[in-house]
Amino acid sequence: MDHHAEPVVELEDAVVVLGSFPALAGVDLVVARGEILLLRGPNGAGKTTLLRLCAGLLPLARGRGHVAGCDLTTQRDAVRARVGLLGHANGLYADLTVAENVRFWGATVGATPGEVDAALDRMDLSRRLATVPVNRLSAGQRRRTALACLVARRAQLWLLDEPHAGLDAAGRDELDATLRAAVGSGATVIVASHELERAGSLATRVVDVVGGQALALRGEGG
Amino acid sequence: MTAVTAGASESTTTASVRGATGTGTTFTRWLGAATLVALGALAVLGLVVSPADVVQGESVRILYIHVGTVWVAYVAFIVTALSSAAYLWKRTTSLTWDRIAGASAEIGVVFMAVTLFAGALWGRLSWGAFWVWDARVTTTAFLFITYIGYLAVRDLGGSHRQRARRSAVVALLAVLEIPLVHFSVKLWRSVHQDASVGDRTSDVTLDGLMLFTLMLALGAFTLLYAWWLLHRQRVLAMRDALDDKGLDRALAERRTEGVQS
Amino acid sequence: MSTWRTALLIAMKDLRVEARSRIVLVQVLPFAGLVMVLFAFALDSDTVLERVSPGLIWMATVFSLLIVVQRSFGVETADGALDALRVAGVRASGIFVGKAIALAAQLLALEVLLTVLAVVLYRAELDADGLVLFVTTVLVATCGLAFVGTLYGGLAAGAKGRETLLPLLLFPVVAPVLIGATRATEAALGASGAATSEGWPWVALLVVFAALFGAGGTLAFGSLIEE
Repeated sequence: MDHHAEPVVELEDAVVVLGSFPALAGVDLVVARGEILLLRGPNGAGKTTLLRLCAGLLPLARGRGHVAGCDLTTQRDAVRARVGLLGHANGLYADLTVAENVRFWGATVGATPGEVDAALDRMDLSRRLATVPVNRLSAGQRRRTALACLVARRAQLWLLDEPHAGLDAAGRDELDATLRAAVGSGATVIVASHELERAGSLATRVVDVVGGQALALRGEGG
Repeated sequence: MTAVTAGASESTTTASVRGATGTGTTFTRWLGAATLVALGALAVLGLVVSPADVVQGESVRILYIHVGTVWVAYVAFIVTALSSAAYLWKRTTSLTWDRIAGASAEIGVVFMAVTLFAGALWGRLSWGAFWVWDARVTTTAFLFITYIGYLAVRDLGGSHRQRARRSAVVALLAVLEIPLVHFSVKLWRSVHQDASVGDRTSDVTLDGLMLFTLMLALGAFTLLYAWWLLHRQRVLAMRDALDDKGLDRALAERRTEGVQS
Repeated sequence: MSTWRTALLIAMKDLRVEARSRIVLVQVLPFAGLVMVLFAFALDSDTVLERVSPGLIWMATVFSLLIVVQRSFGVETADGALDALRVAGVRASGIFVGKAIALAAQLLALEVLLTVLAVVLYRAELDADGLVLFVTTVLVATCGLAFVGTLYGGLAAGAKGRETLLPLLLFPVVAPVLIGATRATEAALGASGAATSEGWPWVALLVVFAALFGAGGTLAFGSLIEE
């Protein structure tokens, strides 16, 4: 089918300026559908900015980009509707319970109660934790809640910033399984991570982000 | 990776700033000269030649400055509002509109401050009161504060486009707000039947030479505003161009981070 | 999702957050009450207090508005929820209306308290004649305040150094509401000898204000929260 050939992300000389600092200094990147791409790089390299750019949150100062078939300069609203972002912050309302949060974020895309429950199940949050307010959860549990919100959104492109941080071993395996399942249902995943061993087990491709640019596109595995 | 500035609008603005060291052009030099002449004539007429008022004495001379500057302050506000609308209107948007809006606001604040000061002084000398709670004075004071808020929004940071869009929206909201303030204060003061409250400037009848001097004041200050606006707008354009050049340098530095590590 | 449904979703979410955290109830209402008491200390005259009680009610409301708006957007920026709302593709006008509705509900609770305190502390008198005028004034003024609060709150949300900008931007804009609501309330309470009928033109002013900023805010809010 034709649309499988169309890349999910296509960036050409993308420059993003935060204040007066060029966080992205000319990124060329192509991500095909169904990939799990790992962005690797030191702190301050621009991984977070790159993810936020692909989410449609940031304007391009120079260059061109397409995400999920929509132009990053003129169709940012459409881009956002098709992606899900899990940034450093969780995007949760601390006073509401886990279930209320997932229900709210699911409702923003019109998810049914069934889909919300499925998302909670997927992240193993249904039983004890669903009625606990988020501000009483551990960091790892909050991360899982944020992931459940992402699952409920059924996005075409998943953008995750250090998603493994704060999760225990079981949680990380669960996360990887969730990401593979998402790809299985047709999504594409981009993960920014320091976790080098994950590269081998999870990612289909690794890209190094250094100095605001995407370098050295490597092949399979680490 | 080249150092070509993106966007035709940026380069045409830079191109329009002629002369590497200044913002002057032949036109602005003539305009400046005309302004000086007009201001000089105003000084002579206002301070020396025109007669003192029958009722108010010499203090009426402050009126020439007060009315002149308040006129310009409102013109500056209208220019800011129109430029902001122009920026938002065509989505291809040239940042020149944004810079005109910003420059006009900066100049407007200065004229506004002079107006309020001169008005307070004149009020004190004529009627013994620095301030009066009527619609015009209060609205002018509010416009002053609103300008200051607008300039603060311009300084919030971010890219030039973000600054332009954000401040343009704030300027247009101010267009909503100012008439509402004026109207509500007017309605408010009309309830209080204070005989002394009212439009004081209409108490002064001006005719003959005094009227001419007043008109001259309006003209001279308008010339001053126009001259100042042209220069200031160019300075802002140069500042933006400098930021863009700074960006190229920063980009080059940023990329070398990659090479070293 | 339509703007209206988005707005309801967000309004319910905001009110639910308040119901859980009770910040407005436990912190802002006492603050407002304290402001009323401090006015009494400063003004130190029973006749003066009774006379100016309408003004004091609305002054205290405006001060509290500032805090409630900051709380409303603090909830969004604490964990990056505002960004998440933008990524979720939620319509900005829906966010605006939704947050304004929630803000208005909280302000109404505040104003009920302030009115009670005015009656108790300043011996203001509320009679049946003025009741319709008073209730209408409160409802319309609250809408106006909620709209401008949400609008400028969105602008000031997020990045550091913006919070101090909020009062500078907000207070000039709420001046017409302060004037109009106070005059209408004076007419409703019969303070300063105003007749009830004199209040209605002021209510008309408040309606215009609310309509203008409701419309303006719906259009402008998206641009102000964008990066």
